[in-house]
Amino acid sequence: MEKKAERMDPSPIGENKPRIDAREKVTGAAIFADDIQFGNGLLHARIKRSPHPHAMIIKIDVSKALELPGVKAIITGEDFPGYIGLYLQDRYIFCRDRVRYIGDPVAGVAASTVEIAEQAVNLINVEYELLDPVLDPVYGASSKAPLLHPDLGNYKVANFIFPQAGTNISNHFKIRKGNVSDAWEKCEAIVEHHYWVPQIQHVPIEPHVAIARVDENDEITLWGSSQSPFAQRNLIANSMGISQSKMRVIAPYVGGGFGSKAGVSMEALVVAIATKVKGHPVKLLLTREEEFYTAFVRQGLASFFKMGCDSQGKLLAMENKFYWDGGAYTEYGVNITRASGYSSSGPYEVPNVSTDSFCVYTNHPVTGPMRGFGMPEMHAGLEQCIDELALKIGMDVVQFREINCLKTGSTLVTGSKMHPTGLPICLEKAARGIEWGKKNPPSAPNKRRGKGIALMWKAPAMPPNAGSSTWVELAEDGTLTVGVGGQELGQGTFTVAAQMAAAALGVPYEWVRIAKPVDTRYSPYEWQTVASRLTWSMGNAIVNASRDARRQILEIVADAWDEPMEDLDIVNGIVISFKSEKEIPLKNLVIYGLPKNDDQGWRGGPIIGRGTFMPTYVTGLDPETGQGQRAVVHYTTGAQAVELEVDMETGRIEVIKGVSAFDVGKAINPKLVESQMEGGFIQGLSSALFECLQLKDGMVQNPSFVDYRIATSADIPKEIKTYIVEVAQEDGPWGARGVGEHSMVPSIPAIANAIYDAVGIRMEGPPFTAEKVYLAMVDAGVVKE
Amino acid sequence: MSFHNISVRINGGLEQAVVPGNMTLMKMLRESFALTGTKNGCSAGECGACTVLLNGEPVNSCMVLAVECDGGVITTVEGLAGDKQLNIIQSSIMDEGGVQCGFCTPGILLSAKALLDRNPDPTEDEIKEAIVGNLCRCTGYVRIIEGVKKAARLSVPV
Repeated sequence: MEKKAERMDPSPIGENKPRIDAREKVTGAAIFADDIQFGNGLLHARIKRSPHPHAMIIKIDVSKALELPGVKAIITGEDFPGYIGLYLQDRYIFCRDRVRYIGDPVAGVAASTVEIAEQAVNLINVEYELLDPVLDPVYGASSKAPLLHPDLGNYKVANFIFPQAGTNISNHFKIRKGNVSDAWEKCEAIVEHHYWVPQIQHVPIEPHVAIARVDENDEITLWGSSQSPFAQRNLIANSMGISQSKMRVIAPYVGGGFGSKAGVSMEALVVAIATKVKGHPVKLLLTREEEFYTAFVRQGLASFFKMGCDSQGKLLAMENKFYWDGGAYTEYGVNITRASGYSSSGPYEVPNVSTDSFCVYTNHPVTGPMRGFGMPEMHAGLEQCIDELALKIGMDVVQFREINCLKTGSTLVTGSKMHPTGLPICLEKAARGIEWGKKNPPSAPNKRRGKGIALMWKAPAMPPNAGSSTWVELAEDGTLTVGVGGQELGQGTFTVAAQMAAAALGVPYEWVRIAKPVDTRYSPYEWQTVASRLTWSMGNAIVNASRDARRQILEIVADAWDEPMEDLDIVNGIVISFKSEKEIPLKNLVIYGLPKNDDQGWRGGPIIGRGTFMPTYVTGLDPETGQGQRAVVHYTTGAQAVELEVDMETGRIEVIKGVSAFDVGKAINPKLVESQMEGGFIQGLSSALFECLQLKDGMVQNPSFVDYRIATSADIPKEIKTYIVEVAQEDGPWGARGVGEHSMVPSIPAIANAIYDAVGIRMEGPPFTAEKVYLAMVDAGVVKE
Repeated sequence: MSFHNISVRINGGLEQAVVPGNMTLMKMLRESFALTGTKNGCSAGECGACTVLLNGEPVNSCMVLAVECDGGVITTVEGLAGDKQLNIIQSSIMDEGGVQCGFCTPGILLSAKALLDRNPDPTEDEIKEAIVGNLCRCTGYVRIIEGVKKAARLSVPV
């Protein structure tokens, strides 16, 4: 018995199992989309793009380009009348009548080399009639602004998005909770602030790339660096008016996504081009420059906050206005407006809230989802206001947050109750980790030191019924292959999937393989790899598939041994009976079954388990009040604290220490969770200190790594601490919920609050570059010019 | 367009190639030799994803012409591991959790190898400096640096 008891807890859940993809990645064997070999038939695509932020297309002349030797096809919007978009179908694949940003695709060329395609693009002549551009979201939302989408009222739209026809507002989300105007009188202190968070880019180190081929049966295959193979299948098929079953997407490893490779961005272009050169694969690889202004960028946000509390520090009211700079098309971005609306109280219990969140069309680059989906931008201002309000009534900012932050059972801004949450524990860990209240001396006489803290919450923002499915299949030797449609972007989802399948079925982690690459023809459906939803959603589907396989196995053995199934278990790949102490390795039965006891025939057969998961309990929200039963599946919460120094002579900020604490429900692989917290914090720090798409008249002025700086190894703090908090998610696998995006949400305000602590200045928004900080210190009289 | 007949030693093996004058080393490695472990992140010498060793020194292979490499010795990520065993830098960065999406990993490994070849016992600042030209958007560099430290520790004779 003792020997068996030893085997009882081999579960890999909570273990730092090695990444399943690491060996491939350190040897150069891992295949990314641009690495796939297509041979000599491969054609190369380049795109003719609009040089104007806003104009009507008068005429497109491709005749000279067509004469160029090596050019195989040129297409324009004329051939593709269908709209495309995730939540709001507001874009054509190629522009048909109007261009709305610098970079808008007007024509596409397929040629035998990239150089020829590029030459052909230069030979295409487009006549435009210029129109006044909209370059500011607040102006864009006003009645004075020219209309960018006169057909907005006719676009197909998801039923939870509310475009305002006849305006540039593609979504207006409202919260009306309690009575804000009455509440101001009861407030002891009120703060009001405006912030601007500029557009930034995701900067995956792997640029967008897609290859498409249309075969003789008009079936389309698309290979790409993709977070969303299934959504791409669906959206592109819909736009082109073909069956989803004729569209196949194959998605190998993704070299960083951060949201930029979700939904459809450049993939539809190359599919459209490929329809004109049947049989040939056609590749479109974005240049780094194109990556900066033609792939998705993060929305800019002009935010206006007003909030008040009583003399005890209890938050009484918030009034928020968000003007999201959605850029030229907001097919995906409209839902960021909604997410920030239903999260607009921040992670606090506030009885009276009024929020208006507007998604506004501008003639800026197309915005889309980016790690945090609106939360970093919204929290940037909100968490600074919280500090201001606390200081205004003379209360410590950590204590103020302790009083007001969400606890289990708190009433949320949408009216429902908070599920079990470890937010107060995260706050305590972050404060303790940064030694809150302890003033450290600066490292040099010309420096000043400060500490800052910020909280966050974020829900997976998605349609209410975003589904996952998986299968598990056993091989002759008892090893397990797991089919998933979720994508490995670096976050470690394949590793976590393998751990969960191993644990749920009862085999060692090392026996599990993931069926990759994700291929919509053979892989099970997954909505998208976004919203930090896979560990939770796909995880639940894996548990269900593994249990299905397990049931099939145990039924065979129970029948063979004539024992009840309840007395059997699968441990380390062996079926055991607690009662009879019999055992049989999986390999003996998972393909061929077992002979019947009288040896006359067989029972069982190949084992394959299937499992799905889809939330069924998310309700709509009232369009006028934003109130409802359950707006989202759950919220992941957390806290970050930093200590930094400001150089008084240069304005340069050096972050010395960063502390992160997030409630992940259950860390399936703690090392991977810590890695997300570290990497997200550095991405957040980078967005706080360095990053900004410099837009002038609609043109991105800095589309290169020299002019658009991201954090390098030289910029990271000397000390980074992470704390995992585990308050279980009731419907999560082993209690798990996601953490991928959350780790960069509080970084901007934590740093801004620390700058204030150090030198007493606040700025309109990031990036807090040396120049900006220095000039703000001059303005405030902190230093003399 | 001029074409050149060059011979180079790639990952230990002598190779010959006919390359156009404007072909970069990156393009030659990826397209002529299918050594796709060398990654193209910007084609402008700014991200470090295409870093390889040329005569022992790390170079952005997108900024070097193939023809310049005539007679040279090139190491790519595919040449780091032995038949059965990973190079100590590969296994250390892997063990410390320095790999996420993996796109910057080949370049980082080669920058780290160049560092450890000339300085077997680097300080943390020297490690940061050695990989400052290799952009990573996933890891925040923390575990990569720990991995290089570990590799140094394991390879320095005690």
